[in-house]
Amino acid sequence: MSEVRITGVGLHPFGRFDGLTGTDMGVTAVRAALDDAGVGVHEMQAAFCGTAYGGVAAGHRVLSALAGTGIPIYDVEAGCASGGAALQLGAASIESGQHDRVLVFGIEKMPKGIIRSSFFAPWQEAAGLSPAPAYFALRAQRLLSDTGLTVDHLAQVVVKNRRHGVANPDAMFRKAVTTEEVLAARMICEPLTLFMLCSPNEGGAAVVLERSDKGVRLAGISLRSHLPGNVLGEDSPLCGIEDSGVTPPTTLAAGDAYTQAGLGPTDVDVVECQDTDAARELLAWAELGLCAAGEQGAILAGDEAVIGGRLPINPSGGLLSKGEPLGASALGQVVELVRQLRGAAGDRQVERARVGLAHVIGRGANACVTVLVG
Amino acid sequence: MPPEPIDQSVLRVDDDGVTLLGGWSPTSGLRHFPRSPVCPFTGADDVEALDLPRTGRVWLQTTVTIAPPGYAGRVPYGLGIVELDGEPALRVVARLSGEGLGPGTPVVLDGEELPGPNGQPALTWVFHP
Repeated sequence: MSEVRITGVGLHPFGRFDGLTGTDMGVTAVRAALDDAGVGVHEMQAAFCGTAYGGVAAGHRVLSALAGTGIPIYDVEAGCASGGAALQLGAASIESGQHDRVLVFGIEKMPKGIIRSSFFAPWQEAAGLSPAPAYFALRAQRLLSDTGLTVDHLAQVVVKNRRHGVANPDAMFRKAVTTEEVLAARMICEPLTLFMLCSPNEGGAAVVLERSDKGVRLAGISLRSHLPGNVLGEDSPLCGIEDSGVTPPTTLAAGDAYTQAGLGPTDVDVVECQDTDAARELLAWAELGLCAAGEQGAILAGDEAVIGGRLPINPSGGLLSKGEPLGASALGQVVELVRQLRGAAGDRQVERARVGLAHVIGRGANACVTVLVG
Repeated sequence: MPPEPIDQSVLRVDDDGVTLLGGWSPTSGLRHFPRSPVCPFTGADDVEALDLPRTGRVWLQTTVTIAPPGYAGRVPYGLGIVELDGEPALRVVARLSGEGLGPGTPVVLDGEELPGPNGQPALTWVFHP
């Protein structure tokens, strides 16, 4: 049956690359994806570029560096979910019959340190109300107090992902760390130490989507935003009310994606999820329906989420190993999962992986969940 | 003479001190902050001005140890969420100062002088025991 399939993937490593522009990294990723699919840029009918900091017509600059094609080029911004939003639009353009083959890519080149975002008004920045790690920390505290999880569990997430990252040549950090090292690292915002937070950085990722009966099937994808009420939501409100019963955007997006795919959480074999900070990953497990709230500790203790475990999560090393170039991060997850589902992930291969799930959540709050079937 | 509020739409400074400018919708029955043309929780558009209580309890708090972009005040500083007194429940993001700010700690509203967005002194809000 002809469906939306991913027939090519490409990546520019995530890290710090002095002298390279976001455009350069986009060109590298796009060329690799085109080569992987065995098609040329002139065979693309549209392009969708995810970026938050790329500036005006960022996608056009990448395509122009390859060839003037005359195709429509859409630049898409949805915070940390920008690449997911671009992928959804690209898939929809095929599903609707508008196109048969499109290019989706994401690029980013971000300054070091705490992310600066025009999301906040200048007075909010001046009042000290804008630091993302502080909101991550407050969310982490709530997770710990609600579930009985501890800072040791947060550290164990870092240990797991950094161990996975050792086998990923495209990751920024490829050195394993111990629980003790994570806990002893510089405290950024209690309870989050430096090692528990991902690094905003640079990189590019690209996929070729086609109406085809070959390739990894894009079985479900959904981008959702927040419902009101939760002061801890990624939409960063200045107030909230009782938050019990406020369904998080990740759960909304996952529900859509599972329904589209005709699959559920128990069908998933491998996951790439948003680990902006260690607590965010543990929240995502429950929000995606992969476990009940509070079960994360047992999963960590049983080594169930490591490569070789029952459900490997972030076999790429996650953002904690790769860093987070906002526009490229979601598509970087998809590139990883396509490689996993092809059985081409090398030393970090998850055995018998057939169904993969990618998840991002960030400013807005925008969450995107993608279900892939190999 | 205290400096001007860091943003006139969120804060008022007068002889009584600092007041957070909230809103209340009779239709939704909910309070919110800062005041919005519509209730941010329901979309109800019958919002009335409401001066929010100056007292509450700490719900969550952390310490920011690195100055975020656009911030020229002292570091470290406390940041958290305060559950304001009164009904229905309302949690607000706030700077926090003082020791022993565990969950449930009673706190009161005050003003805090900081460099504003244009570098001139400005007054923002802080809760402390």
